[in-house]
Amino acid sequence: MGTLTEDVVQETVTEVDLSASSVRDLNAALHAEPEGSTAGYRVVHPEGKHSLAVGLNRPVTVTIDGHVGYYAAGMNQLATVEIDGNAGVGVAENMMSGTVLVHGDASQAAGATAHGGLLVVDGNAAARCGISMKGVDIVVGGNVGHMSGFMAQAGRLVVCGDAGDALGDSIYEARIYVKGTVKSLGADCVAKEMRPEHLDELTRLLEAAGRDDDPAAFTRYGSARTLYNFHVDNASAY
Amino acid sequence: MCGIAGLHLRDAALQPQLGSLLQTMLCQAAERGTDAAGVGLYGDPSLNPAGRATVCVIESPLAAAEAVAGVERALGQPVQGRASGQTTVFTAAVDPALLETAVRTALPGAVVTSRGENLAVLKGTGHPDDLATTFRLADAGGYQGVAHTRMATESAVTSTGSHPYSVGPDQCMVHNGSFANHATIRRELMAEGIEFDSQNDTEVGARFVAKQLAEGADVEKALRLLCERFDGFYTLLVATENSFAVVRDAIACKPAVVAETDQWVAMASEYRYLTGLPGVENARIFEPEPEVVYAWER
Repeated sequence: MGTLTEDVVQETVTEVDLSASSVRDLNAALHAEPEGSTAGYRVVHPEGKHSLAVGLNRPVTVTIDGHVGYYAAGMNQLATVEIDGNAGVGVAENMMSGTVLVHGDASQAAGATAHGGLLVVDGNAAARCGISMKGVDIVVGGNVGHMSGFMAQAGRLVVCGDAGDALGDSIYEARIYVKGTVKSLGADCVAKEMRPEHLDELTRLLEAAGRDDDPAAFTRYGSARTLYNFHVDNASAY
Repeated sequence: MCGIAGLHLRDAALQPQLGSLLQTMLCQAAERGTDAAGVGLYGDPSLNPAGRATVCVIESPLAAAEAVAGVERALGQPVQGRASGQTTVFTAAVDPALLETAVRTALPGAVVTSRGENLAVLKGTGHPDDLATTFRLADAGGYQGVAHTRMATESAVTSTGSHPYSVGPDQCMVHNGSFANHATIRRELMAEGIEFDSQNDTEVGARFVAKQLAEGADVEKALRLLCERFDGFYTLLVATENSFAVVRDAIACKPAVVAETDQWVAMASEYRYLTGLPGVENARIFEPEPEVVYAWER
């Protein structure tokens, strides 16, 4: 019997040290990856710099070792960006697909206007998490700040901690799941029944985020759909 | 858009480095505003020598040497002075109020930017990097400092429009944002006899806080009252002789991050200003909640 040899794919990881290279160099290298590239990058000394790993459109993997500034992984398509630290304003804003993982806290407007993909924040997310989200899935391990899910149009926002004031204000068809308390609900946002399909999708989202929270402990929130069309009796609610 | 940075030292061993640490923070903040900049330094041994009052002015009608001679004549006591760019700093072994009166007498038209026994405010128009050099910031020490870079919105680019605003003894405020109802509150304060040095909205906030402090409120209460009275956008950093406080408006529109270690408390508009601080990688980092006053005491 011959010896079984396994094909080991030797993934090379390119290290970029931002104390020596510029953010532009990093992003240019990532943008230069050929179609279908699954190259790995490791970014060290990010030191809170803005616009790291933005506009990616290849299935590359970028690991950032430290805290990042504004708009990290913005406009992401296909790529996996893992931030081993805190993220500044607008992490994964306008993401289209792919995965963004933040192992620390995220600042305001995490996942703003994002159309697709998965954003996971292990810690807390500040105000306006998922503002105007258009199809992204966001899972926050901790709390979210005020006005999260403001005008959220599509996608799912999962909050394993508590939500701040005015959750889901003027929400459209996004679904919000909160395990903890909600300080207050925004205009036209109401608690809704957890049907089996909601437990199913929440189970899948928690799994995708690597969490073991009990889906049954969450409450679903969504639109009461009373503000979709202008009605004079609702004028004060706008 | 403006940039704010502040550092409150708990570990006295870091005091000689206050200025150099603050300079790193200020220069990072320059990307949020290059119209003007300023710093408020507490406890620098040369700006605030023990047992002496310090008064700082901008727009002095006289060069520093002549100004010192004039203030000395008005005070009838020895006065030391130095030019720090657009700011002139006077110290004398008298009560701060006496030195302030002498400065106002000797230098009509000058604007007093700080008075007290622990604080010196150095400010002016221009690029923050250049101003930091004129402030000799890298050489400064002390127990706490605040810094501001300005992108002017609510009033003109003038030295009186630059921050910090210090309108009460050893008090200091920097602001990112804009107050919407500052003209109304200015008129109310003026009706009570309060005088203003500039057209700037932040000065109204500083005068309001100084009035509350003078009437017996502590910093926390003064800032809660400000939240009730002022509309608009604000992240404020307020320092007094023995406190360091942060507050944001109800919407928390303007950025703010706080980092805390056993050695120091720091506040900044963006995390990257903090990356030069010793031990920042192990700091407790958080964003201040809207309308919650965070205050640290010495």
